[in-house]
Amino acid sequence: MSTLSELYQNVILEHNRSPRNYRAMEDADGRAEGNNPLCGDQLTVWLKTDGEIISDVSFQGLGCAISRASASLMTGALKGKSRREAEELFQRFHRLVTGESTAGGNTGETLGKLAVFSGVAGYPSRVKCASLPWHTLKAALESAPQR
Amino acid sequence: MATGTGSPPASPSRSAAGPLDLRRIRADFPILSSAVRDGHRLVYLDNAATSQKPRPVIDAMSRFYAGENANIHRGLHYLSERATAAYHAAREKVAGFLGAASSSEIVFTRGTTEAINLVAQSWGRNSLRPGDEVLVTVMEHHANLLPWQVVCEQTGARLRAVAITDQGELDIESFDRLITERTRLFAVGHVSNALGTVNPVGELAARARARGALVLVDGAQSAPHLPVDVVELGCDFFACSGHKMLGPTGIGVLYGRMELLEAMPPWQTGGEMIERVSLERSTWALPPARFEAGTPPIAEAIGLAAAIDYVESVGRQAIEEWERELLARATELVGALPGARLVGTAREKAAVLSFVLEGIHPHDVGAVLDDEGVAVRAGHHCAQPLMQRLGIPATVRASFAFYNTLEEVDTLAAGVERARKVFA
Repeated sequence: MSTLSELYQNVILEHNRSPRNYRAMEDADGRAEGNNPLCGDQLTVWLKTDGEIISDVSFQGLGCAISRASASLMTGALKGKSRREAEELFQRFHRLVTGESTAGGNTGETLGKLAVFSGVAGYPSRVKCASLPWHTLKAALESAPQR
Repeated sequence: MATGTGSPPASPSRSAAGPLDLRRIRADFPILSSAVRDGHRLVYLDNAATSQKPRPVIDAMSRFYAGENANIHRGLHYLSERATAAYHAAREKVAGFLGAASSSEIVFTRGTTEAINLVAQSWGRNSLRPGDEVLVTVMEHHANLLPWQVVCEQTGARLRAVAITDQGELDIESFDRLITERTRLFAVGHVSNALGTVNPVGELAARARARGALVLVDGAQSAPHLPVDVVELGCDFFACSGHKMLGPTGIGVLYGRMELLEAMPPWQTGGEMIERVSLERSTWALPPARFEAGTPPIAEAIGLAAAIDYVESVGRQAIEEWERELLARATELVGALPGARLVGTAREKAAVLSFVLEGIHPHDVGAVLDDEGVAVRAGHHCAQPLMQRLGIPATVRASFAFYNTLEEVDTLAAGVERARKVFA
């Protein structure tokens, strides 16, 4: 069973305090808004693509520490990744927060810093907080022109 | 009714020898002695969402299912007759509890939400015309907003909303401006689920009715906490839920003045609610049966009657007084924490404390409290227009019941302080 300190790991608290890439993007070519009607959280994700490659990602919005840190760490993890790599990363992240896999466990899934969200699996009501930025990213990618 | 500010905090020793015998009362609620999250004793402060159930309610329902279960009005057999009598007795009990003139004015529904939808779809859909107006308030729970939004779209009537002040009270000037001869119905919450504000519904009902409007009171949050008398309030409809007043889920109540109910068509049709049926057309039973199509929540009605007995054995006056002390202490302790801001500081409040902590999302405060065994609600409380008006996405809401103790209020305050440190 997860404890509170496993949920709110220091990296999460730190990203909540000072989120990275927290800005609107003027020249974005993809943009989407995400809402969690259950708790009223909302955020906007902007991105720039260079063909298949995500060259920049940013976000702004209102949300709890989990959703804010998740968005912040997501933006850091995605820069330079291809659309396909981003999609795979989301799937691995989703398996982690829903408890279908464990961080750094024997599944061989590499999540890097995103592994700090392993505690979310013990709090089913927070899965949506952690995954909202990723769902929004997906919508933003779909809105960006593909070449 | 409690005031949000001003009353001095009661001393902790009061909880052992307060106006209520809390030790005995708490022993009646099995869940209150349970442990949650790693052995913390449950501190249940989410009573506005649903109340806990005392043993007599649980027992009444198991007794019914174990030894008395039958459908009502159908069989001539022994059990069916007994179930029918128990169901009618429950209706009588509710009528007495709400001060209705007759039990025929009490319709059992699935909850407050269904009761309000019933009025919107039966009365509203058949009576509202383009040019008519329905008046609600900005602080309504979605259950007393969306049914009116929908029926206004269906009929071409216009929906208007009374503004509120920054303290979370109804803006009476706004009410006076918006209540006109076009207003057909004024729908208002008795107690705000998100802020705890006790609205002056008696006074507003009189003014609305003087303009020829009907008045519906959403009593989901008042019936469990304040003495309610529908005749004294002067309302035409009153809706409340069983599960918020110690009873089971799945049952609620619509009180309606007989003259209105008699003129309203059914909104659901089926068994139980007819007078005569042929293949071509049918005639409807008199109220309340007209509005209770299908097998009703029989065990739930019996559970609700037991809940009312329990509330009355404790005494609604005593309940109100004790909850006022709990609120005063919570207001004092939480309000004094650095960075805390109380949301909803009306002069007349029921025992609901909504607040935000600067720089910390309510969900995160809720998670820290949960880790201490303290159950609160964090969110928009199904009152999004209210949150928009207040300019906040969500609040933390601690809502009290008469079985809560002053020590539990202290645990709440300590937990909030811990949340502040975790996220500092």
